[in-house]
Amino acid sequence: MSSSVLYDAPGPKARMRNRIYSVIGTAAIIGLIAFVIMRLADRGHFASEVWNTFNYANVRIAIRDGIFTTLKVFALAGALSLVLGALLAVTRASDHRAIRWLATGFIELFRAIPLLITIYALWVLFLTYKSDLGFVGENNGFWALVIGLAVYNGAVQAEVLRAGFNAVPRGQVEAAYALGLRKSQVMTMLLLPQAVRSMLPTIISQLVVTLKDTSLGYIITYAELLYAARQLANTTLVNGQYIYVPVIMVVGTIYVAMCMALSGLATWVEKRGRRAKTGIAVAAAAEPAEAPGALDPSDPKGPTVDAEQAAAKADEPPGKSD
Amino acid sequence: MNVLLDHFAEFREGFIGTVWLTVASSVLALILGVVLAGFRVSPVPPLRFFGAAWVTLFRNTPLTLLFLTIWFAVPQVFDFGFDPWTKALIVLSVYTSSFVCEAVRSGINTVPLGQAEAARSLGMTFFQTLGTIVLPQAVRTVLPPLSSIFIALTKNSAIAGAFSVTELFGWQKILSDRGFAIAWLFLWVALGYLVITFTISGLFRLLERSLEVAR
Repeated sequence: MSSSVLYDAPGPKARMRNRIYSVIGTAAIIGLIAFVIMRLADRGHFASEVWNTFNYANVRIAIRDGIFTTLKVFALAGALSLVLGALLAVTRASDHRAIRWLATGFIELFRAIPLLITIYALWVLFLTYKSDLGFVGENNGFWALVIGLAVYNGAVQAEVLRAGFNAVPRGQVEAAYALGLRKSQVMTMLLLPQAVRSMLPTIISQLVVTLKDTSLGYIITYAELLYAARQLANTTLVNGQYIYVPVIMVVGTIYVAMCMALSGLATWVEKRGRRAKTGIAVAAAAEPAEAPGALDPSDPKGPTVDAEQAAAKADEPPGKSD
Repeated sequence: MNVLLDHFAEFREGFIGTVWLTVASSVLALILGVVLAGFRVSPVPPLRFFGAAWVTLFRNTPLTLLFLTIWFAVPQVFDFGFDPWTKALIVLSVYTSSFVCEAVRSGINTVPLGQAEAARSLGMTFFQTLGTIVLPQAVRTVLPPLSSIFIALTKNSAIAGAFSVTELFGWQKILSDRGFAIAWLFLWVALGYLVITFTISGLFRLLERSLEVAR
């Protein structure tokens, strides 16, 4: 349903009214932005000396290194979480009860605990038992962040894949068994590829979450982008004040750009997947990755909401989107 | 084990802090999110644009960065200060509202077209159509994603603890700085969060069941 159904094509009176609302709305929004900019300008946050700090080589290197560190953590944690997610999803569908319960317990535990707490606990663990665990060097923060992110997001990706398994029509699995395929073959040749395909937008959306969560490294004082930014703002005094506002603007733009690029990819994949007529609905991008009712292992729910949405959207004429 | 019994008062305080912060920001995020979803489907272009910009901006920004912003940049704009708890409340609500907005909007999209058309042909205005016909039906589809959003909110509130707001994570941080066994602390704090998240999913399951209707 497109939004235009909620109201009639406006007549002359409604057009007038809408125009008035538009003017008031625009004025309010521009007024708010202008107020913020004026206040910040009053405090001297737009002075050229303040922004001039970004011309220094060491400032640029600090930001560049921060971006590289963030991307390094993201790449490693994202890859590990995908591998772990696939592994957990497969073991959760195992025929052996003990293995199934182990996987389910792992997923439920790490999904319920705030990621920050997992990372923090790992960090303290690494710091305390560094020599016992055979760690050398100063990589505690890095590994705490990567492992924490991989474990949490792996648990969520496993749930996403499980929803994908449920989206594959029952008959396909039955047909595969009837053809004499083994369970491992059904898994690798039939279920996993189709689950990945139908859930790809959600998988990418969860990678966006992983990318955003790398900023939790800030709290365990690991030098990723946000921590680098904080250090920069904290140590640079221009015109008698610290340059928090410009640094937050610059770093915020970088984060939003990185995440939007990934989100855009998810939306593109979703639109592309909707064109293909496979009968298996493609999940909507940027949906909350935690499957509905997923906290309850006895209740295997597929992406019902997503399927309905995709079906509703498929009915729309092509080339028209919200 | 002893860690919990010896420091039960701190643990209780942290637990109540988490519950209170979660409940307060859930309510605020829900109100904000529904209003924004209304903006996004309204006939007024600037409001639609504002809603879209809000969602895009806050959904793609790390929560930690938002915390930093309200701690260091927002005081530069407004003269009156907030206490840490209110700051955490604002950040969590604003961040979560963008997710609520998207959930509500996709819920509105699942209401059959004919419903809104019928309402319109009865002569209802935009607000009447939205308020009495579409939103009440959308609520049913929106409940499962909302449940995950509020569970995520509970977990996100842990970040407030790192910014010196009293809640469960703050408790863990203080005690582990004093050198208690991290494994036990981890378990107890995890259990505290589990209680809250299971309560939320249970409540939503009840709501779903009571609002269930044959379509």
